[in-house]
Amino acid sequence: MEITENHRHYWQKNLQITGILLAIWFVVTFVVGYYARELSFTFFGWPFSFWMGAQGSLVVYVVIIWYYARYMAKLDIEHGVHEGEV
Amino acid sequence: MAGLFETDGGPSTAASAAAFKKGLNKVYSWYTGGFLTFIILLAIAEQMGLSRQWIGMSFLAATVLLYAGIGFITRTTDADEYYVAGRRVPALYNGMATGADWMSAASFIGMAGTLYLSGYDGLAFIMGWTGGYCLVALFLAPYMRKFGQFTIPDFLGERYGGNIPRFIGVVAAILCSFTYVVAQIYGVGLITARLAGVEFEVGIFLGLSGILVCSLLGGMRAVTWTQVAQYIILIVAYMIPVVWLSVKQTSIPVPQAIYGYQLEKVTAKEKLLTSDPKELEVRAIFKQRSADLAEKLKDPAAALAVDKAAATTKVADLKAANAPAAELAAAEKALTSLPIDAAAAKAAWSRAKAAADVKASPLNGMSPHAQQFKGDPNGDAAAQKTYDTSRRNFLALIFCLMVGTAALPHILMRYYTVPSVKEARDSVTWSLFFIFLLYFTAPALAVLVKFEVFTVLIGTPIDQLPAWVAAWNKVDPTLLSIVDINKDGILQLNEMSIGGDIVVLATPEIGGLPYVVSGLVAAGGLAAALSTADGLLLTIANALSHDLYYKMIDPNASTERRVTISKALLLVVALAAATVAAQKPADILFLVSAAFSFAAAAFFPALVMGIFWKRATGIAASLGMVAGLGTTVYYMVMNQPWLRGIFGITSPVDLWYGILPISAGVFGVPVGIAVIIVVSLITPEPSKKIQDLVDHVRYPNLLGDNRA
Repeated sequence: MEITENHRHYWQKNLQITGILLAIWFVVTFVVGYYARELSFTFFGWPFSFWMGAQGSLVVYVVIIWYYARYMAKLDIEHGVHEGEV
Repeated sequence: MAGLFETDGGPSTAASAAAFKKGLNKVYSWYTGGFLTFIILLAIAEQMGLSRQWIGMSFLAATVLLYAGIGFITRTTDADEYYVAGRRVPALYNGMATGADWMSAASFIGMAGTLYLSGYDGLAFIMGWTGGYCLVALFLAPYMRKFGQFTIPDFLGERYGGNIPRFIGVVAAILCSFTYVVAQIYGVGLITARLAGVEFEVGIFLGLSGILVCSLLGGMRAVTWTQVAQYIILIVAYMIPVVWLSVKQTSIPVPQAIYGYQLEKVTAKEKLLTSDPKELEVRAIFKQRSADLAEKLKDPAAALAVDKAAATTKVADLKAANAPAAELAAAEKALTSLPIDAAAAKAAWSRAKAAADVKASPLNGMSPHAQQFKGDPNGDAAAQKTYDTSRRNFLALIFCLMVGTAALPHILMRYYTVPSVKEARDSVTWSLFFIFLLYFTAPALAVLVKFEVFTVLIGTPIDQLPAWVAAWNKVDPTLLSIVDINKDGILQLNEMSIGGDIVVLATPEIGGLPYVVSGLVAAGGLAAALSTADGLLLTIANALSHDLYYKMIDPNASTERRVTISKALLLVVALAAATVAAQKPADILFLVSAAFSFAAAAFFPALVMGIFWKRATGIAASLGMVAGLGTTVYYMVMNQPWLRGIFGITSPVDLWYGILPISAGVFGVPVGIAVIIVVSLITPEPSKKIQDLVDHVRYPNLLGDNRA
């Protein structure tokens, strides 16, 4: 088993996208949660932070996971570490 | 159906995987169609006069037989099939199974009620129990799948070398899964008892029998396909009444999109109710009661003597006056139901005073539904402190629920069952999508029911309330009870006491749907509780049979023997959990939340650092798990009233930063991480073999990687 430059590059990119998505997750959950009282302007009837807690953040979570799966599937192929026919 | 779940023995090719998936689509489409037909037939039978009892029985019998039937069809003794369903569950179906595995009785029945009672603050559960899947996807699922063994302690054992980390893993897995499964079996007992009208204890065993047959015969394989079936039942059961209620209130069948406007109306009504003269009148009466009780509590012994003397005199007077028998009986009952001694009186009156205090506050003690946190950042010092503590607890609870989600062994185990790393990533997306469907509906349901209560019930003469109010009061007064405190014959908000569970259970009746839908909702709750119990029981039995027996005691045991032992243990664990649940332990909701904090502190740091930091050593991980779990348990035992009672703690409650014991994991997780970092840096680097293992899990396919 040989870890090449290509592999290190793959892992770096994985860490990078993980970090970015984690930052989005953090902002949506904890930053919006922290400033919930301040962010209560009306949004289609809901106070904005209520809507975020009940629906908005959930949609963002699904998109984060969906995007990660898509990004990594491409990255696997680019770096030749994808699973072939087993 | 039988042929579909058969294994062809050898590894599957892409073509056979596609055919397998196509077959599954067909089976589950037929199944969904059949289930809907069953509901329609029952609805017709109801119109023709089938009794409620029989409808409940039909639902119970049909679903339990269905689960047992799937278990029979998918029976197996093959280790790969038994432990990880042959590793060929397509991403979409694993997502559905995870959804059912994940959503327990607490999600299905309890959550909308919690949201009804606590408004915005209840959203911590919604965000916590969904956002955790981001951590599962980014940090764990793909790597666990690549590792590709059978259990979570397996990973700890291989990565950190030796039996100590594995053993700690087994202990922690059993601790959090067992506390969780007791709560599920309790839920099973409650729902079965209500559905079939049997005793609670009988209900437990009736409900349990179906899943036991299922998981005993087919292990993970049977559990997986049963959970898919259960997901379909529970999501149909959840959606029908909410959509109906939405149509009734707004004539739009998409409650999730429009309940913002209902929330605006609820908020406006809340303002009116807070200053309504009739409400003020009721609250003043409760305030007076609270003050009276406070006076009595100053000297309970003397107050009790006065009460006793008064009650005795009344009985004597009535006897002397030859009063009607009923009046006399009531007076005698009042006398005998007085507390026995001063200590009992003190306890009873303290409870009564706390209840009266809640009832003396605006909106029956609930915060305004849309208001974020309690207190006021611009108010006086006390209000500011309340606001800060309330916000801090909200965020801490989210943190614990999220990290706990990403560390519960019965969820992580599900990602061993998919065919590849890529499917594992896709599968997390599907899991969260299927969970999301229920979780973004629950807040809508809470608001719609609140709107109904505020606009239809409040202000109505008590003798003209809808029939379902009296019906549920009869079923269980803790769910719904009404007392006309100010004797004006009209219902005020603070005259009504509501238990959270009624929000989901009574929605069909609030919406004016036939009883068959109520039966369906109960069957959905049963599916949610059983599917979670299934996954948890399997996790415990596998931790004992695979990790403790096979890996640590007898590594030469044959496959057959391991599977047989696992099945025997499953039965023992199920009976043990049922026995504990039958005692009706005090604080179920606390048990469930505690399981998340335990899992978060014990597993999350060791698992994630094992993948992302090659330098993390075995000793460090063992110490980190013990320290994290120890901190969490210590904080709970010292501060949670029920545990304090069990362990006889008498020192005063000392909350760190005002964090409630339910979120104890917020201290345990950082302690675990810190211990792992510090100890790793002062112990020798892990061996080349272990570093190779880390590389192995990091890359879906590594050339020359002989483990693949």
